[in-house]
Amino acid sequence: MRVINASENSLIVYLGEQATPDVSDKIYYLADELEKVLTTDLIDLIPSYASLLVIFNPLTTDHFSVRNTILSINLEAQSNTKKRRETIILPVYYDEEVGDDLNDLAEKKRLAVDEVIELHTGISYLVYAIGFAPGFAYLGEVDEKIAAQRLSTPRMNVPRGSVAIADRQTAVYPASSPGGWNLIGRCPVKMYDPSTPPYMPVGIGDTVRFEAIDRKKFLSLGGEI
Amino acid sequence: MAIEINEAGFLSLLQDRGRFGHHRIGLTTGGPMDLNAYRICNRLLGNPEDAAVVEVTLGGLVVTATADHLICVTGAPVELKINDETLPLWSCHQLKTGDTLSLKAGDVGLRSYLGVANGFDTDSNFDSVSTVVREKIGGINGEKLAAGDILNCGDAESTLKMKLLSEQHPIYNNHVSLRVIPGYQYDYFSKIDVKRFFSNRYKVSDRSDRMGYRLLGPSIQSKSEQLLSEGISLGAIQIPADGQPIVLLNDRQTIGGYPKLGSVLSLDISLLAQLKPGNTVEFKPISIETAHNLIHLNEYYINELKMTELM
Repeated sequence: MRVINASENSLIVYLGEQATPDVSDKIYYLADELEKVLTTDLIDLIPSYASLLVIFNPLTTDHFSVRNTILSINLEAQSNTKKRRETIILPVYYDEEVGDDLNDLAEKKRLAVDEVIELHTGISYLVYAIGFAPGFAYLGEVDEKIAAQRLSTPRMNVPRGSVAIADRQTAVYPASSPGGWNLIGRCPVKMYDPSTPPYMPVGIGDTVRFEAIDRKKFLSLGGEI
Repeated sequence: MAIEINEAGFLSLLQDRGRFGHHRIGLTTGGPMDLNAYRICNRLLGNPEDAAVVEVTLGGLVVTATADHLICVTGAPVELKINDETLPLWSCHQLKTGDTLSLKAGDVGLRSYLGVANGFDTDSNFDSVSTVVREKIGGINGEKLAAGDILNCGDAESTLKMKLLSEQHPIYNNHVSLRVIPGYQYDYFSKIDVKRFFSNRYKVSDRSDRMGYRLLGPSIQSKSEQLLSEGISLGAIQIPADGQPIVLLNDRQTIGGYPKLGSVLSLDISLLAQLKPGNTVEFKPISIETAHNLIHLNEYYINELKMTELM
């Protein structure tokens, strides 16, 4: 674990060089413990792939004290505690109608469209980070056979719910926005709903699996074409 | 109790202190870019620390009062008029029913703050009314203010009209020295590049906004170009592949993967945010201990503001 100054009131903690499920567990655990220990001295936390940014109130504490608190937390203890990780199933309508790059991706990878879908739904993904936009969850890692580079020219408007791949990551666009990821389908579940807590169906450290559904089911679940 | 927007100008946004504690779902903080001017505005009006005001970028705001209000304008030196009378900033004024208030941009500075006694009152999202247009959140339907908008105000029970002594007015310039706490990937930069960064002036690019200030000047190279995305603090100095620094501000994205040299002291961000394209900055490293002391001193300064009561 490395603890480094980030700003006058934040420290960044690196828990590994790579994003792995083990590193992710440690970040999740550290964030939880810091919330309990720092209470009102804590302003916010930003967990990400292999790091945790700890933002504190510089009027009530200081970087020495927060650094010591971080270093005093025994990360090995987390392996003994039962993981509170949840698995969330997200339904996806995989079709060229809603996934503009699905056929292209299959062709480029010399796979049948059904094989792409099988590979995408075949494994569980970990929520490594949330950012870029409210509710945008970075999920990893996608099977190498369907990993795909970002588009050279990003689209001006990617519809809400679009399921996409970039490199070995996959995500569901929480709102319509510009974007350069490869679109392979659409999910009818709202990934970000500012009106109702907990605002997102997934959190950092959760596990996500995708499940293929047909057009009819997609529409009945509230999906929009 | 309300004021009506007649003209909204280039960019007028409802802002309170900011939105904190929601980075985990990707929400940024928003909040006033010139925090110092914002805080003084609320102090003069006797408001709570986090009361909502209107941040007016480049003037152009015209409003009419539908009731009597005590108002105050701070920040960049704009021309403040109530009806036809020109009035000073950093001072409370009475805005009577039917009066029209207007702000016209001046030569120096970008952002001014219009506050009312007890603050503007609107529904909050995630505990804050701060407007972040990119996230469609805060303000009125997540948008910048527009002609026809009505801003409700709290009851104006406060009757004390305060003004700030002129010796305490912040001075806005076209050049600002920014104190930097070295951090993040500071060690990924060569000594020569670090020296180059701290000994040259950089110019504010016209692609600067509430997300970040892009700077133009001698190029800085990091030994690694792309990292795993990580949390970004206010004021972080990001060096993308083209070597031109970007200081990340209130509406920044919460995570990013470019190397960072450290972060600008929050107190200096208030001055940086007042710079226009073409204005210049320079950077000066300070220790985190010095930064800590400066923040406490500033708190003392804000708490002990020299104000006098107007008759």
